[in-house]
Amino acid sequence: MRILSLAGRRLAASIPTLFLILIGVFLLLQFAPGDTVDAMMAQMGGGDAATARTLRKFYGLDLSVPVQLGNYLWRLVRLDLGYSAIYGKPVTTVILERLPPTILLMTASLSFAFFAGLVLGVIAARGVNKWPDTLISTVGLIFYATPSFWFGLMAIMVFSIYLQWLPAGGFEDIGATQSGLGRTLDIARHLVLPTLTLGLIFLAIYLRIMRASMLEVLNLDFVRTARAKGLDETRVVIRHVLRNALLPMVTLIGLQAGTMLGGSVVVESVFSLPGLGRLAYESVVQRDLNTLLGIVFVSALLVIAVNFLVDLLYARLDPRISAEG
Amino acid sequence: MAAIRRYFRSPAAVIGLVLLLIVIGMAISAGWLYPRDPLALAGRPLIWPFSNPRFLLGTDNSGRDIAAQIFYGARISLLIGGAATAIAIAIGIMIGAFAGYYGGWIDNVLMRVTEAFQTLPNFVLLLVLVAVFGSTLTTVTIAVGVVSWPAPARLTRAEFLSLRNREFVQAGRTLGMKDVQLILGEILPNALPPVIVYASVVMAVAILLESALAFLHLSDPNVASWGNLIGLGRDVLRVQWYVSAIPGLAILFTVLAVSLVGQGLNDALNPRLKAR
Repeated sequence: MRILSLAGRRLAASIPTLFLILIGVFLLLQFAPGDTVDAMMAQMGGGDAATARTLRKFYGLDLSVPVQLGNYLWRLVRLDLGYSAIYGKPVTTVILERLPPTILLMTASLSFAFFAGLVLGVIAARGVNKWPDTLISTVGLIFYATPSFWFGLMAIMVFSIYLQWLPAGGFEDIGATQSGLGRTLDIARHLVLPTLTLGLIFLAIYLRIMRASMLEVLNLDFVRTARAKGLDETRVVIRHVLRNALLPMVTLIGLQAGTMLGGSVVVESVFSLPGLGRLAYESVVQRDLNTLLGIVFVSALLVIAVNFLVDLLYARLDPRISAEG
Repeated sequence: MAAIRRYFRSPAAVIGLVLLLIVIGMAISAGWLYPRDPLALAGRPLIWPFSNPRFLLGTDNSGRDIAAQIFYGARISLLIGGAATAIAIAIGIMIGAFAGYYGGWIDNVLMRVTEAFQTLPNFVLLLVLVAVFGSTLTTVTIAVGVVSWPAPARLTRAEFLSLRNREFVQAGRTLGMKDVQLILGEILPNALPPVIVYASVVMAVAILLESALAFLHLSDPNVASWGNLIGLGRDVLRVQWYVSAIPGLAILFTVLAVSLVGQGLNDALNPRLKAR
């Protein structure tokens, strides 16, 4: 319970942050050339000034900026993100349709980066300064420097065009209306390359942190005690070192949540996945500012939610945290 | 002097420095080796690399010399990376120094703002900034700088928090030095080294951010940049994959070089940490 109240307090503290973001971005978007009505008129193929005026009045765009901001925040409290003129649907609907692929992609990439980083980090730390360590650290450095979109393109080239093992893009095959297991497998096949692409840079970060953290914990007194009482090396690492070395890794998940969401914009564009990131890109290109603001709101919410979960996990891994709270 | 010797003892740091010097050399010699506009039509489109001595790295979809674009792209990447990093570090130091030195409500407010910037995914904020201010070289550089300052700000603040009550600062205060003098003259020089080392991370990320933006056709289309070229090569990926592959390698080596140099500087300046 204590854990929950601690994490809950952190969650409550993030509400002002959320409002700060929304107000900031809302005011920023006032400087954008062209508004929703301009975008609509362009889609309708032009129109006269009177129509534009009527439309502006209809959407409340003729009011002063503070009033518009007030209206927006008031609608937001009721979870109404406004109307997307481009998609012809409420922004909430548009975003909810696009959310599942992004969440799936982020979860998959995070799991891949976390576990691969963990295993590689442990291997590197066990043989510090020997050849496995050098090899893993070098590969990590190279992955860290690889632009994700470029890696994605090269992966498409090798695995989709040359070897023809995996699909080059999309979320699922449109033709096949399978259900259940078949559909799951189909989506999984489509997500292999995007997951690797998005996870690559995080894998590099996780393995570096895991290696450093392992080396730090391996030098502590309780590890020497565990060895002295005759435990074999595997058991020392798994039961005593790993749990303690995991803490910085978990912290990192929270810190990297935003970066990962940003990375999905690029990755989803490379693999034409119908996710939130691609929606962000499209709304910039199409000047759909209402949707863009909605995405800002939802991505901030996502980051806050991930951090909330990380707090809970953290307290679970390290009992001292909830005891002190 | 000892730090320089320590730097050159690490092979990774030396490799990084050599790579970085090569990229800088490319940026400097671009105008001299390729006096023509790199975005001008040069020959037949889609010539493979190493097949025509006139175009060592081949040509892209519209018949522009890839090698020339790689050389000029080095300028753009270093320019945007360097300027954006300078902006990010300057904002970060300013905010971090104020927050760390004064503490109290100033710290509270500034950290709230920093938190807001960190909660919003930086690439999404970058998209918003580009949507609002357009995508010229200047706006993109400033935008990349503006989304990158929170981490240096936190680092500076942490340094200031640990330094602000040390004896030498108290001595300065007793001497009647003003806050500005204490911040700029006494604390900042001591807080600076880790921040400067961290600048290499900021620069690596800045180069990656700009190239991603260019790849999405959201950066300045009127300059030869590596990201633009990769975005262009995407259309002919099926057969002429080299159009995308070559500039990607250029980005990879540049970011690698910047990271290795940063790492090397870190190890050379903090020899005690290097023990492992």
